[in-house]
Amino acid sequence: MYSRAYKAGVTIPPLLWVTVFLLVPYAILFCYSFWSVSPAQVILHNWNLQNYFQLLRNPIYVQVLLRSIRIAASVTVFALLLGYPLAYYLSFHAAKRKDLLYQLVIIPLWASYLVRGYAWKTILGSDGVLNGFLQYLHITHKPVEFFLYSPFAVIITLTHIYTPFMLLPIYASLEHIPRNLVEASHDLGSSSWSTFRRVILPLSLPGVLAGATFAFVLTLGDFLAPLLVGGPSGIMISNVVVSLFGAAYNWPLGAAISFGMMLLVVTLLLITERLEKRLVIS
Amino acid sequence: MTKAAPLAAVSGTAATVAAPILSIRQVSKRFGQRPVLHGISLDVASGEFLTILGESGSGKTTLLRLIAGFEDLDSGEIWMGAERLDRIPAHRRQVNTVFQSYALFPHLSVFDNVAYGLRAKNTAQAEIPERVTQALAMVQMGEFAQAAPAKLSGGQQQRVALARALVNRPRVLLLDEPLSALDANLRRQMQVELKSLQREVGITFIFVTHDQEEAMALSDRVALLRAGLLEQVAPPREIYGEPETAYAAQFIGQTNLLRAEVKEGIATAGPIVWRTFGASGKATYSLRPECIRLVTESAGLPFANADVSGGRFRGRVRSQAFGGAMDLLEIDCGGANTIRARIANPGILTGEREFEFAATDAIRVREGEPE
Repeated sequence: MYSRAYKAGVTIPPLLWVTVFLLVPYAILFCYSFWSVSPAQVILHNWNLQNYFQLLRNPIYVQVLLRSIRIAASVTVFALLLGYPLAYYLSFHAAKRKDLLYQLVIIPLWASYLVRGYAWKTILGSDGVLNGFLQYLHITHKPVEFFLYSPFAVIITLTHIYTPFMLLPIYASLEHIPRNLVEASHDLGSSSWSTFRRVILPLSLPGVLAGATFAFVLTLGDFLAPLLVGGPSGIMISNVVVSLFGAAYNWPLGAAISFGMMLLVVTLLLITERLEKRLVIS
Repeated sequence: MTKAAPLAAVSGTAATVAAPILSIRQVSKRFGQRPVLHGISLDVASGEFLTILGESGSGKTTLLRLIAGFEDLDSGEIWMGAERLDRIPAHRRQVNTVFQSYALFPHLSVFDNVAYGLRAKNTAQAEIPERVTQALAMVQMGEFAQAAPAKLSGGQQQRVALARALVNRPRVLLLDEPLSALDANLRRQMQVELKSLQREVGITFIFVTHDQEEAMALSDRVALLRAGLLEQVAPPREIYGEPETAYAAQFIGQTNLLRAEVKEGIATAGPIVWRTFGASGKATYSLRPECIRLVTESAGLPFANADVSGGRFRGRVRSQAFGGAMDLLEIDCGGANTIRARIANPGILTGEREFEFAATDAIRVREGEPE
């Protein structure tokens, strides 16, 4: 049995932390989302649902939100296409190179997000590395502008940044597959490809789901990559929130969008959690 | 199903048989710098229950994995009938394995686990349910077809693993210490079932174990493996009754090793003397504890003049453990010589007593590394 003091000691600090830094700010934000701004830029505490209506009716917000979802889905797919094969190779075939390659995957996570963002700016810019290379090979004759400041640039940058988040849970789930299951599958007459399809892939799905959730949710809420490489056509929903809280000075609308986003993300997390429960075999 | 092929095909003590289903020829394997198997040759007869017996690290599991195709051999050949097995990938070999930890697919039901091999080989869809049901019935697991493997006990998982392998009708079934994870009672029960199952299906079983009792109870022949070399290959009774080496004698059953000096047909090991036909010089003999009898009409003969057609010796009973039908005695016969004997209903023995054994029960064995 634990003493009362011990119980209080372990429960009160996290409870306090969650209350002060999460619950109270959310509550304040939630209140803001029902207020409005007067033409004289004063926040009026007149409770109403105008902000939420505007969010659903104004085509600009809807369009940006849809674009954000599209970008997040693309990043998720590309990160999966890059991350799964690498995780599979690491887990099953890297042998002695495993530790080294694993570190190479991890190291970029230690570099600042900004540095990686700027790196892509340097690569994709009109006098950047990619354009220079293409012109050197005479594939193009003048800089391709569309590389930078486009949804395309945002997708490339975020795929690069979030692929490790996709790879790591997949790698962990692959590492958890007992190797004798693979041997049993071969033993029972399955080729390597069929073994992958019938044993390895189904058993790694929880990892895929976790990785996809990371990549999708983190991308959906990202505002730095669009800021650095997105340009006007690559704006995402978080950039809208940032500007509403900044230059546009419409905190109530910003709060409403934030809550809409949060609702979307929480719903998504609940769905994946239920899916995962069905996938994981106890 | 047909009855197992007559085991008359298994002849003598040699590692070769007539028309083997599986022939292992000069197979060597090393892992990095560490040699595991040194040129093993072994034939397996069709329908036979062969046990590969050895301590951990003897290479027995490696030999099994080479046959299954999970490892590549460094040199030598493995043949199945007229087919060179070691050049065929694991998934095309007509061999199935029952794994030590069962290796059931956790995401599939018992039914789908058993159907896995049939589906992999594109068996006609209509045939699958019948064959799976039949295989599950054979191991008394019919009612668990829709269960998840994780919900089953160890013994039940074991049965499913057996059904999953046997449903494919392999030419050879490999079993890698399949009973080692079960508790003692269940294990004995499964041994009996395994043996009768093998007779029923008539499939050749190659069974790997470190448990000599299990090997004796189940096998038609035992291949005793020691440090990557075959020590002796023989039916259990023969390997027990006529061990070729000191190692075999000690590993299979209990024994007394008598290090004797042989001169003109008389062997002398400390105070123990008996007649032998072996060549003169130093020699080691194995004498099973149950071959020793208590001399009841003790005439108090001095051992030097013992009737040497058999062996006689005197010794003080140092300990006596009651064992039901047979008591286990430790007899101190002077110097460093302790002899263990199993004697039926001896009553309580005290002090110095006289014991005897038939000269033919002292089996001359080789010492040292296998050849």
